[in-house]
Amino acid sequence: MIPVTYYLILSAALFLVGATGVLVRRNAIIVLMSIELMLNGANLSFVAFARQFGMADGHIYVFLVITVAAAEVAIGLALVILLFRNRGTVNIDEVRSLRW
Amino acid sequence: MELYFFLFFAVVAVASSVAMILQRNPIYCVLLLIMVMISIAGLYLMLDAQFVAIIQVVVYAGAIMVLFLFVIMLLNLSREEGGAFRIQKPLAVLLTVLLFLPVAAMVMSYAGGGTTPSADGGQTGFGEVEQIGSLLFTKYLLPVEIAAVLLLIAIVGAVVLTRKGTVSVDD
Repeated sequence: MIPVTYYLILSAALFLVGATGVLVRRNAIIVLMSIELMLNGANLSFVAFARQFGMADGHIYVFLVITVAAAEVAIGLALVILLFRNRGTVNIDEVRSLRW
Repeated sequence: MELYFFLFFAVVAVASSVAMILQRNPIYCVLLLIMVMISIAGLYLMLDAQFVAIIQVVVYAGAIMVLFLFVIMLLNLSREEGGAFRIQKPLAVLLTVLLFLPVAAMVMSYAGGGTTPSADGGQTGFGEVEQIGSLLFTKYLLPVEIAAVLLLIAIVGAVVLTRKGTVSVDD
């Protein structure tokens, strides 16, 4: 049997790799993909705890997180397309109208 | 045996996600992220979460990542140029590693961190569609309804945002 701590360590590692991606990458689409990676890391913790305590409630939370992720991706990619149409770029360093 | 499977999936997931962060070509990034999703689905199967593993493959790897591929091909994105702010990258890596260490220490000292119950020790039917479905439509009925409304809002929002001539910065 695998200790639940192994799953938690893996989940933290995936979450932080995703966070690094959000901080490092400049392409808006890749930033959205890194956010997906962070959500997956969190989901892994939910499922590991659900197994440890023998309660399926964690699976429901994962289901809801996947729903929210789908909605977020739909809106986020619509915004990226809009950005590309208006600015001709998806580099988030070049989108700085709100910055002084 | 189980430990080898866990190590295999974990190594594939972490290596693919690190490669995704380092990869310049967006198409390869999507393919690497699909690999991460599928190895996480394997881990879900090891945790007796069959339904979650299936929706991980069908919804995440199947639907969401195809959406990403569509947009990348629609915008015809080429390779990404380096960032303007040079010190940001090493700083970001340093910060996340520094964040990982206390989290790992905290998890290792987790008091309830015994072992996951074995498959035969748990109750039968754990994580199967029947149990998930009965929970979704009784205890979690309201969250499911809210999620449905959220998806409707997302559909309408995506259509309204990308329709030609509705939103423009020039006006």
